[in-house]
Amino acid sequence: MIRRLLSTAALVMALGVAPALAELKIGSIIELSGAGAAAGTNFRDGVKMGFEEINAQGGILKEQVSVLEYDSQTDPQVSRAMVQKAIDDGVYAITGTVFSSSTVVNMLVAKQYGIPQFTGSEAPSITAKGNPYIFRTAFGSQKGVPKMVKYMVDNMGVKKVGVAWANTEFGKGGHQAFVAEMEKAGIPIVIDVPAEQAQADFSADVLKLKNSDADAIFVYFTEEESARFLREARKQGIDKPLIGETTLIGHKVIELAGDAANGAMGHVGLTPDANIPALTEMVERFKTKYNYTPDHNAIKGYTAAWTLKYVTEMVGSPDSKAIAEKLHGLTLKASEYPGVLMDVSWDETGEMSRESFFVKVENGKQVVQAILPPN
Amino acid sequence: MAELIQILVSGLAAGSIYALAAVGFTLLWQASQTINFAQGEFVMLPAFFVLIGMTVLGLPMWTSILLALVLSLLILGVAFKRLIVEPMLPHGTLPLVIATIALGLLLKESVKEFYGATAQPFPAIFPQTVYNVAGASVSVQDICNLVVSMLAIGGLQLFLNRTRTGRCMQASAQNPAVAEILGVNVKRMVLYTFLINAALATIASVLISPIYLAKFSNGETLGLVAFIAAIVGGFNQIRGALVGGLLIGVIDNLSAVYISAQYRAAMPLLLLIAIILLRPQGLLGTPEGRTV
Repeated sequence: MIRRLLSTAALVMALGVAPALAELKIGSIIELSGAGAAAGTNFRDGVKMGFEEINAQGGILKEQVSVLEYDSQTDPQVSRAMVQKAIDDGVYAITGTVFSSSTVVNMLVAKQYGIPQFTGSEAPSITAKGNPYIFRTAFGSQKGVPKMVKYMVDNMGVKKVGVAWANTEFGKGGHQAFVAEMEKAGIPIVIDVPAEQAQADFSADVLKLKNSDADAIFVYFTEEESARFLREARKQGIDKPLIGETTLIGHKVIELAGDAANGAMGHVGLTPDANIPALTEMVERFKTKYNYTPDHNAIKGYTAAWTLKYVTEMVGSPDSKAIAEKLHGLTLKASEYPGVLMDVSWDETGEMSRESFFVKVENGKQVVQAILPPN
Repeated sequence: MAELIQILVSGLAAGSIYALAAVGFTLLWQASQTINFAQGEFVMLPAFFVLIGMTVLGLPMWTSILLALVLSLLILGVAFKRLIVEPMLPHGTLPLVIATIALGLLLKESVKEFYGATAQPFPAIFPQTVYNVAGASVSVQDICNLVVSMLAIGGLQLFLNRTRTGRCMQASAQNPAVAEILGVNVKRMVLYTFLINAALATIASVLISPIYLAKFSNGETLGLVAFIAAIVGGFNQIRGALVGGLLIGVIDNLSAVYISAQYRAAMPLLLLIAIILLRPQGLLGTPEGRTV
């Protein structure tokens, strides 16, 4: 009996003093509940799949990567607390959040501790605040919107537009960028309809837009709001082109809106339906793994994981500050770094450049209408 | 004019669904002095029963809706009464209110845990056809939602006023002691009330989920709107809850179009404040005194 107790005690002590397995920690702070859950779940799954593949191929600097997950609840204050918790838990880089209203708050914590953060947010203000530790995984709407506006004017001949947008940090960013570009193009905005976050009933909004004399409507909401908007637009028989930036024509929106999504158009930085072999293969692996079609957020998360691997290995150590410095002005070519899927560059503000796509939803699928060059 | 017609139709269609949930508030209040703060979640949950029927069990839509109705009657009707209301009621209204708040959180978090945090597409039960009426686009879905809600509430009124069981339920609500002396099985009548509330919640859920999408957090908005509708109309009158629901639906749409889309959510609250200040019993409610 005594011998058994001693051996058990020895085993416990041995386990207690055993050296920790070499492991790099990444913080995944993401919207897993609340209004951003659709986007956040995609981004999280992309990050997870990216790091699982990286670990299967030997990890980063021959060390395995552990992804610590934190739910921001789509609440800026919770997201801030979660970033702090991740840093306290010893992460050397952060992925997320997707919602801009959260990112503008929580990125200040990462900046304070000098931790590089790969965000899925697209509000222009994110990279305009001089934060050297924030990096996009898809370019901001101030870069996407000009491409889309050029296409609307040159290819669709739009002369007057209406705008429906979410009155949040995300929505304000897209709205401001769109209004500025329309002013530059000399195209009047004949109706401007803001909506609240997670708004459920869009009947009044759609009615105002429908009765306006706009040639086309720019729609800038999150996924679930976009789906509700499209269903209402279909119900009211709106016959104007509905054009969005990224979210309106996303896969989650198509799933939620069903047939009502057909005919919606928009600009996307990334699309699983682009005819790019590396992207197509990634999408197939994702579908097999998670049993649903990824949207652009999943691709953002996936490329964030691989970008971190490449840059960490360029620096030669998980040195957070050195990684952030290295990323500024960096270009990764997909031919040399296949995990980024498409050629990509970051400037001194953390903003990124990449080719993008103008798509139309037909029979529940994004169909690429044009490939738009980087700007 | 066309715009106004369309606003009224959309507002009435949405308002009639709020009214279904609001009637539940008044029914439970009258039958057992229960203010059910989980009412919004009661409307959220049946949509997930339907989805489970369709996606997990592979049942057709209408069979899934019937399954959802049965499950709602059992869980939101019988189990709610037996496991929460009956044990808590002897301790007074406040503990029961807190218990229903806790129940609402439990239902919401359970759906999030077991079904996921993201919204789910919910099949439309009515055709998506749109007709042009005097220049306004009027959808079949809106008209059907309005008709079904009105039929449900009208049927309930007829049941309560024209049938022996309905009158026994009213007697039990007005004075349970006297009703019992007169031979009414009060406990059974109260159970009927809970079952009717569960059935109304299921109808509201099936009607509103194609518009709202099925999501664990839908109850937050629906519960609040229905509660405001019940107070505005009169917490102790079914027809009050009906009027309150319709009024909120129409005011919400009118204010979004003609006043401000940004401040639309404030309008029902302003109406609530005005009603509480000017007519605390609600538009159609009757003053109710209670001994303290």
